[in-house]
Order: sequence, then C-alpha cells, then structure tokens
Amino acid sequence: MTTAHSDLSWVRRNRMTLTPLLFLLPGVLFFMVYVIIPIGQSFNISLYEWDGLGEATYVGLENYRELTGDRAFEISLWNNVKWLALYLLAIPAGLLIALFLNQTITGIRLYKSLFFFPFVLSQVVVGLVFSWFYLPNVGLFDIITGWFGIDVRGGILGNPNTATYGIIAAGLWPQTAYCMILYLTGLNAVDPEQIEAGRLDGAKGWRMLWHVILPQLKPATFIAFVVTIIGALRSFDLISIMTNGGPFGSTRVLSFYMFEKALSEYGFRMGYGSAIAVVLFLIMLVFIGYFLWSMYQDEKAARR
Amino acid sequence: MLKSMKASVATVAVTAGLATSAMADDLSGTLRIISDMSNPAPRAVMEGLAADFDAMHPGLTVELEVVDREAWKSQIRNALTANPPDVINWYAANRMAPYVKAGLFEDISDMYAGGDLPGLDSVKGAMTLDGKQWGVPYTYYQWGIYYREDIFNELGLTEPTTFEEEIANCQKIVDSGRKCYTIGSKFLWTAGGWFDYLNMRTNGFDFHMKLATGEASWTSDEVRATFANWRKLIDMGAFIDDHQTYSWQEALPFFVNGEATAYLMGNFVVPHLREAGLTDAQIDFYQFPKIADVPMGEDAPTDTFHIASGAQNKEAARAFLQFVTSPEVQTAINGPDALGQLPVNASSSVADDEFLTQGFDMLSNNATGGIAQFFDRDFPAEMASIGMEGLQEFMVFPDNLDDILNRLEDARTRIYK
Repeated sequence: MTTAHSDLSWVRRNRMTLTPLLFLLPGVLFFMVYVIIPIGQSFNISLYEWDGLGEATYVGLENYRELTGDRAFEISLWNNVKWLALYLLAIPAGLLIALFLNQTITGIRLYKSLFFFPFVLSQVVVGLVFSWFYLPNVGLFDIITGWFGIDVRGGILGNPNTATYGIIAAGLWPQTAYCMILYLTGLNAVDPEQIEAGRLDGAKGWRMLWHVILPQLKPATFIAFVVTIIGALRSFDLISIMTNGGPFGSTRVLSFYMFEKALSEYGFRMGYGSAIAVVLFLIMLVFIGYFLWSMYQDEKAARR
Repeated sequence: MLKSMKASVATVAVTAGLATSAMADDLSGTLRIISDMSNPAPRAVMEGLAADFDAMHPGLTVELEVVDREAWKSQIRNALTANPPDVINWYAANRMAPYVKAGLFEDISDMYAGGDLPGLDSVKGAMTLDGKQWGVPYTYYQWGIYYREDIFNELGLTEPTTFEEEIANCQKIVDSGRKCYTIGSKFLWTAGGWFDYLNMRTNGFDFHMKLATGEASWTSDEVRATFANWRKLIDMGAFIDDHQTYSWQEALPFFVNGEATAYLMGNFVVPHLREAGLTDAQIDFYQFPKIADVPMGEDAPTDTFHIASGAQNKEAARAFLQFVTSPEVQTAINGPDALGQLPVNASSSVADDEFLTQGFDMLSNNATGGIAQFFDRDFPAEMASIGMEGLQEFMVFPDNLDDILNRLEDARTRIYK
C-alpha cells in the first residue's frame, strides 16, 4: 500500500485538494484586493485625521467620538433605518402583483412587461421623474393632494418631514417590479400536484396561499429579501438626484454622508468619512451574517 | 461665432507675441495644461489660448486636456499628486489653501515682485496666502441684483441705494402680487450669496472676513444683526416659495415670467436671461444697497491658473501665465463673444456690455470695503458646507435660528484649530 503511494508525486496525491484551491485562487485574490483589504484600510484610515493630500495624523478613536455628537450623522443613521424598514414593503407588494399577474389571459405578457418596466429604467431616470411628479404647485402629486385639501409645505421633497419618505416611495417603484419578477418565476415552479392536493383537502384563498403556495416560494422570498436589503443600503443615486441630501441634510443616509465628508467638493476628511463607512459596514455585517448563516443552513439541509 | 472669436484671439495673440517674443522664443519641450473650462464658450477660449501659445513658440508643444468643471473639483487632487501637469485651473483665495499647504502649487511671488505681471496689482490680494502669491487670475465677474426694469417702471420704482428703500420697493412688489426675489437654494450656494451681502453690508467687509477666517463668532451680536435683517425680507414674503426644491436655473422662470422681480446672482446669469427672451430693456443691474454705514464690500469670484509644484516645464508654464494675463489677451478672452466677463489686467478694456460696464464701474469705484470671493471660496470647505446648509434652513424655518447658530459655532470651534 505505502509503496504504491510513494510512486505518485506530491501533486498527484493531493490533487483532490489542490484542484479546488487552484480554481478558487483567482477569485480569492480579487476578493482580497478589492474587498477584504480595502475594508481593513477603511478601519485603519478611520483612526487618522487626513485630508487625502498631506500627512495623516493618528487620532485614535477621536473620529468615532465626534460621530456620537454629530447630528447630521444621527439623522443619516435614522434615515438608513427608515429605508431598511420601508423598503421591505416591496416584497409583499411584489408578491401581490405577481399573484395578480399569474394567470393566463390574452396579452398577459404585455401586462407583465408593463409592470416590469420601471425596473429597466435607470435609477437616475426614476429619480428625475419622481422629482417632477413631486414638484410643488405644478407637480401631479401636489395637484392630486390639492383635491383633498392637503398642502405639503415646500412640496414633498422640500419639506424635511416628508422628503425621505418621498424618495423611498420613488425607490419602491422599481424595487416592487424586481420582487414581482422574482415571485413570477417562483410561481412557475410551484408544484401543481400540491395545489391539487390542497384543493381536495378543501384549502382555498388565504389558507391555500399561506400554507401551500408561500412555503414553496421560500427561495424566492429569500432572494427578494436579500436584494431589497441591498437596494435599501445603496440608495445613494436616488438621494443624489432628487434632493442632494437636502433640505438641510434631512435626507442623507450614511453612504451619502460618507461621500460628502470624504469625496465631495467640500469634503476630504478621509478619516471621518472612513469612520462613517465603518459604521455602515457594521450595519451591513449584521445582514451579511444572517444571509451567510441562512445559506449555510440550507446547504447543510440539502447535504443531509 | 466661435470661429470668428478664435480668429480674433489669434490676431491679438500675434501682437502680444511680438511684444513678449524677446524673452519667450527659447521655450522648448512640452507644456501640459489641464483646464476645467469645459462649457462651450470657455472651452473654445481655452483651446484658442493653447493653440496660439503653441504657434508663438515653434520649439514648444502645448498639450491641452479639458476636464468637466464639476468633476475637476475633486479630480484636481489626483492630477496634482500623480504625474502633475504644468498648468492647471483653479479658484482664488481660500480655495487654494489645501494645495498651498500640501505644497502642490508653485510659489510665483517672484513674478509679481519682478514686474513680470504688469497690471495685476489690484488682483494680487486674491492670489495671496501666507504672504506669497500662488497663481494668476484670468477672469472674474461681479455679483449684484439683476432686476426686471420693465416691472420696476410699471410700479414706478427706482433702483434703491439703501436697505429702507429696498424694503419699501419690495413691499410695493409684494402688494402687486409678485415676489421680490427669485432664488433656488437646492444646491445651497445661492443662499451663501445672500448671506455674504447682508453680512458685508450689516457688519462690513472686515467682519465678514473675520468670520470667514474663524476669528469672529457665529453667535455674536453682529451675526445676529445680519440674520435679523435677512428675516425682515423673509417675513414680508420677499422670496419665492419652496426655493429649497429648485436649482438656480430652475428659479430662472420666476424671473423671466415676471413672478419675481429680482435675482441676486453673478453676472453669468445674463446670457440665460437673454436666451430666455428678455431684452436688455427689460433687465438691469444695481449694486446691493447700503445697510449700515460701512464701506461696501463686493463678491467677485475669480478663476485662476496655477503652476503645479511638480511641473516638468516651469519655464514654459511661467511664460503661459504671463501670456494669459497680458492686457491684449485679457481683453480678447473676456470679450462679449468669448467669456463675457471682466478682464483682470488693469490695462485691458472692458467689453461694451451694459452689465459688464456697470459691474466694472462698481468694482473699481464703489467696492471700497474690499472684494470677497464668495461664501464657499472664502470660508474653509467644511465650514462652507455646514454653513450653507444652515443658511438654507434659516430661509425656510427662520425660527430655528438659535439652533442653527449654535451648530455653526460648534463647527467653527472644531474646524479652525
């Protein structure tokens, strides 16, 4: 036995381990260079006071201490929470439209593509369209609310109390379409035999949906949850287009605030920007951790 | 039109070239310029300048790269640190500070001292930091109140010279169902213009500069007086509603349609008004009126050329700076069919344009307090950004004033260490 093995070279003996490692290498390398190392650098820079040009001075946790008293940071953080919570509405809304469109009548493909249309649009276009829609006095939204005697001071986007919600609503439009598509494909995979069986047992309406259809849509729901959370955390472009963080900073989220502090015309406080980025990363880490754990559980179940 | 302008720049360049040829014909190598003059008219001017300078010096190749004006505000850092070009565009005064401190701009004090830049004495101050000069200006423009002459005539109003007259005028305008001023404060800086003027008129240029350099407090009585004057206008409904949702361009239609009668703006607004169909008989200009008995300070933002400290061909770069600021070139590039702004050289002539001549007269004879650059150029970048946000908030919610001022004061104690 041992003699037979010693004939083979080390490479051949270990190829079951080596092959996957070799295949992984390019991916791991790029992941290190573009993701892992920059994360480490962000942590490091956040401990310095640096304008990106001159010498960086070490200030320890001073940037984080400043964050705790920074009202703009607090507003941004709360806006991130609002985005995360309200953006999830895209999932039930997408499911509702998907169920509605999941029927066979003439021209259904046309309706489906009409509903899918907003997702094809660039976020910039969505932002522009909605900012026109929200314009005070001449915008359609203002005219419609005017019929009910409601007048939002400064228009939706000009009023610090409503602006963030206005942007989230604009973001929900394409996001709902995205979730709808995920559920439509999911519905195609629903097992007709189980529905048949459910029907024989007398399930209808809500009970059918809750106990038979939804469990089978679990993979679609998971993906919809993941993309919606990611979408909520990268709401940068809509904010930039629609309000530019205003009025007076009330619509900033962490990513926008970080950009302003570190990279915009008036910014270039690299250390402070990095500290914001680190906080944003820690928030994301909660979700990333959950996603990874949940995928790991699925894999484990599949292997069993 | 652009072609004819290029040609006129060229002819001027030839004469200018003759004048300076004695010192300039031994230039060789490559001169690399990065310019932010990316709008159509400025771009043509810059391309004309580069081509003429190239033609003047047979041994020299001029390489011009024009980058987007907004993008340049953040790209300049990379451009100056990695493989720096010879000549670049930037802005005067405090905006130079980060690059001067980091040693990225070339000190050209010797050019001013040695008489290489005749006619620039009056603008030297804007180029001075730490007692040294770091570049040359090439154009500037006045700020002031552009107003609808036809509506003023209709209401029997005349150009006000004091704040009381301004308010009396405004009351009549408001009574006629119009607004006095249009403004779009979505991008904040327009509110900075209002603050500049109100503060310079209420407390004087020197106090305004003390505030800019962090020596004066935002919670001082002087600053409160400025905001009290501003509040008078806000409370009487002088400004258009919902201005926080408009950019400065989106605020133009109110002026063009006669819903608002005046616009506190830089002279760059004039081409937009003419394009929108207003004739010169319908628009006119007046200096921001006097409030307290202090010498009048004015905003006149200046755009500049600098030599990078890491430049390869500093000799050619210096010659280019001389060329750009020479009286003939200054007259040509600031002409009505080119930049349409004010020349920086005292020996140049100002274009025959109603607004430019008024602006030039105002800045030369009635800006005895001093000439400021603009809120976001005089104040350090971070203070400017936090400050303008507070100014916008004040314009929408004037009752938040105490909170805003405390916030700005906190920022001041942190930023100016």
